[in-house]
Amino acid sequence: MALHFELVTPARLVRSEDVHMVVVPGGEGDFGVLEGHAPVMSTIRDGALLVYKTEGGSPEEIRIQGGFAEVGDNGLTVLAEHVEG
Amino acid sequence: MASLKELKGRINSVKSTQKITKAKQMVAAAKLRRAQAAAEAGRPYALRLAKVMASLAGKVSGEGAPRLLAGTGSSERHLLVVVNTDKGLCGGLNANVVKEAKAKARELIAAGKKVDFYLVGRKGRAPLRREFGDAVSKQFDTSEVRTPGFTEAEAIADELIALFGEGRFDVAHLIYPVFKSALAQEPVVNQLIPVPAPEVADTSTSAVEYEPDEEEILTELLPRYIKTQLFGALLEREASEQGASMTAMDNATRNAGELIDKLTIQYNRSRQAAITTELIEIIAGAEAL
Repeated sequence: MALHFELVTPARLVRSEDVHMVVVPGGEGDFGVLEGHAPVMSTIRDGALLVYKTEGGSPEEIRIQGGFAEVGDNGLTVLAEHVEG
Repeated sequence: MASLKELKGRINSVKSTQKITKAKQMVAAAKLRRAQAAAEAGRPYALRLAKVMASLAGKVSGEGAPRLLAGTGSSERHLLVVVNTDKGLCGGLNANVVKEAKAKARELIAAGKKVDFYLVGRKGRAPLRREFGDAVSKQFDTSEVRTPGFTEAEAIADELIALFGEGRFDVAHLIYPVFKSALAQEPVVNQLIPVPAPEVADTSTSAVEYEPDEEEILTELLPRYIKTQLFGALLEREASEQGASMTAMDNATRNAGELIDKLTIQYNRSRQAAITTELIEIIAGAEAL
């Protein structure tokens, strides 16, 4: 079970990989995305993306600023204006 | 006939010019590779954003559409955003962009519209000021940063959106060079504001949930879209500048080489002529005794 996760900034494609779960800091509250999530489009507030590579593992934190998250048939795509680290 | 010493001096000066043009050419070649890579890396974001835009714009239209998408309802005042380079030594690149901008401005003025300029980069200022003096109201300086990136695009977009918010113009066009190859860079004119409605992609895909709602997302997305457009223009400009510079400097290096060959032949001939004259003088003197 894997979720295809892509993190894109204007300057480059930061991530494109299969992960277990991603917690997105949505404009109206955090939400977690697993495989098979219903299609959603949401704004993002400045905060940290939590990427869980495996179930129960410790999350990796990616700080992002400004952007959108889109969940579609081909997984989760996060468009962020700035990514730290 | 120039003296030997003068010829020698000219040959040396052309040689040092050639050294400079050659160095510039190699620098441009290296930078071009980097600029192309940057343009390549920026493409996924632009593509995805355009896709999201298309699917949203199809849903939000008519009365509720934000002003950046719907426009002010009139098209009297136009703003031309002209993207030029900061440095010269890149052949006819800037001249071509300025020519395109002037053509567009004349066309709009002939149609009875008001035209304003917003200049990015230093090289377009002088020629546009000369013709449309008071219409050049704003400019953005990118000469202080080494490679203009998203931060600059963001600053430009914010200023443009603020101007639009104040009602300073109705329509904005973006004029910038598009990199085709190292030999060809074509200036293009794109409408920037109001954002031209993209082709509506098939919206048959399963119902997407929007958070907060379509309109709010679109209002947030439009400024980002404009930023991305400007960022793309800056990337194209960078690649075009280096490409044009490489070609121009290659030509200059070759011309300098030809000039050196010509001058060297001339130099050798004069030297021979001088030796011959000297010999004749000596022989004639010996015979006279």
